[in-house]
Amino acid sequence: MDLTDLTLAEVRDLLKRKAVSAAELVRAHLERIECVDPEVRAYLTLSPERAMAQAVRVDRAIAAGEPVGPLAGVPTAVKDVILTRGVRTTCGSKILENYIAPYDATAVTRLEAAGACVLGKTNCDEFAMGSSTENSGFFPTHNPHDLTRVPGGSSGGSAAAVAAKLATVALGSDTGGSIRQPAALCEVAGMMGTYGRVSRFGLVAFASSLDHIGPFGRSVRDVAAVLKVIAGRDPNDSTSAEAPVPDYEFELEKDVSGMRVGVPKEYFAGLSSDIGDNIQNGIDRLGKLGCRIVSVSLPHTEYAVACYYLIATAEASSNLARYDGVRYGLRAQEYGDLREMYERTRDTGFGPEVKRRIMLGTYALSSGYYDAYYLRAQKVRSLLARDFTEAFEHAEVIVAPTSPVPAFKLGERTEDPLQMYLADIYTVTASLAGIPGISVPCGRTPGDAAKGQPALPVGMQLLARHFDEARLLNVAYAFEQTGGFDLQ
Amino acid sequence: MALSEKEVRYVAELAHLKLSDEEVRRFLPQLDSVLQYVTKLNELDIKDVEPMAQVLVEGSADFALRSDATQKTFTPEEALSNAPERGDGLFRVPRVIEKE
Repeated sequence: MDLTDLTLAEVRDLLKRKAVSAAELVRAHLERIECVDPEVRAYLTLSPERAMAQAVRVDRAIAAGEPVGPLAGVPTAVKDVILTRGVRTTCGSKILENYIAPYDATAVTRLEAAGACVLGKTNCDEFAMGSSTENSGFFPTHNPHDLTRVPGGSSGGSAAAVAAKLATVALGSDTGGSIRQPAALCEVAGMMGTYGRVSRFGLVAFASSLDHIGPFGRSVRDVAAVLKVIAGRDPNDSTSAEAPVPDYEFELEKDVSGMRVGVPKEYFAGLSSDIGDNIQNGIDRLGKLGCRIVSVSLPHTEYAVACYYLIATAEASSNLARYDGVRYGLRAQEYGDLREMYERTRDTGFGPEVKRRIMLGTYALSSGYYDAYYLRAQKVRSLLARDFTEAFEHAEVIVAPTSPVPAFKLGERTEDPLQMYLADIYTVTASLAGIPGISVPCGRTPGDAAKGQPALPVGMQLLARHFDEARLLNVAYAFEQTGGFDLQ
Repeated sequence: MALSEKEVRYVAELAHLKLSDEEVRRFLPQLDSVLQYVTKLNELDIKDVEPMAQVLVEGSADFALRSDATQKTFTPEEALSNAPERGDGLFRVPRVIEKE
């Protein structure tokens, strides 16, 4: 039995039957990381002592016949924008290269209270700004399905860790698609709940009105189990929701027949057949499950990327003002006065994409441009949110591609930021509206062996109304049962 | 090009970024192309549309303030643990106020 191959549900069962120990699970993963991660490079920092101490606690509780949590002994990876007390937390940035978090994010506290073993911190685009993990200040992560390609981003390390079996589940963060897109490119499931569903306390801020923490897993059930643990009101995050957290796992197996699944026509215009054919196949499968496939319209879709990049960069420019070399993080070695200390610190510590976004955001918020850029974008955001409200009058769930492209080659797109931004078109809309979304594997591109083109994973995205995560997971699970994620 | 090199330098100054000449030259066309792209939003009539600053939905609308009670927080040692420079239980910074 390969312990790194197990799903969360299998881990639970084996631990209960005492067929395996949490310590064995953690050890097996650390060994595999040692062997495989030099090529994948999913992790920035490992926390073996912390994982092992937790495993020992779990094993003792099991031996003593005490109850254990729903994630007991589950080897878990955490994206490096999420704080872990006493463990280096870099956000993929040189400016926080030596930052040791003084407290745990609420999501991490809840994971560990449920018995999860945190193996380490995963690589990401610097401050979660990017779609390929190439903007990490340290090194790029490689897609486990083809090491010459990107894993997507910004949570590329978490997606790659789960795909390469370097963790059973992982936490990522999603601001404009940073969980869903790498999930699609790495062929795993990844979910963003409703805005406020999961506490952001301890998530290093990028764009506060758009940031989410969410789970990755190799099955929908695993994602549901992790979401259940991390969701819910947290007094330390005033925007976290009071809404009760349903038992997502319990709701997975409900019948989906009769459910209306909306297909937004705007999402399929101009979509390449490599992706489109797979999504159509996925939609057909949902139809065979008894879902009623209906056409819906999201008329403002073409404005979403522009709207998103104004709001996200404006919020980022404000949030990243805190990196000034005074209280934590890097301070430049040489400077004259205070002003120069700020400037040199930020110039040395931030990478090019972060600087570009701070510049864009600062410009959009600056005197004389605020109304024309930032305020206008906020108004367009209202229109995009309204699109979804109207579409959800005709459907319970909306189905869409996750990414217009499969995993691309490392280095292929780094010189043209706008082209990289445009590929976020199918994920930024849900982020702006604050609705939940999940990406599940949905076949592969045809590939062309003669041209050396591999068949690459394709992700299908499902979206639902605010706080309707249970239904979203229900449909995703039913879809998964139609033959696993692999539709080949 | 709608954006000028002078504007790039001005915005960098607002953002407390010291960009090298090479960075300014590299960012100028990149920022310009994004700014040209976002003018797309001008196509929409937004006269009567309210701006959306936050996702305010039922269930998350309870923004009641917490009671003003003392609670456990960082010790001075924890607060200073990541300071680039410290002394006497404080963060050290370059002189801010010049001597007369």
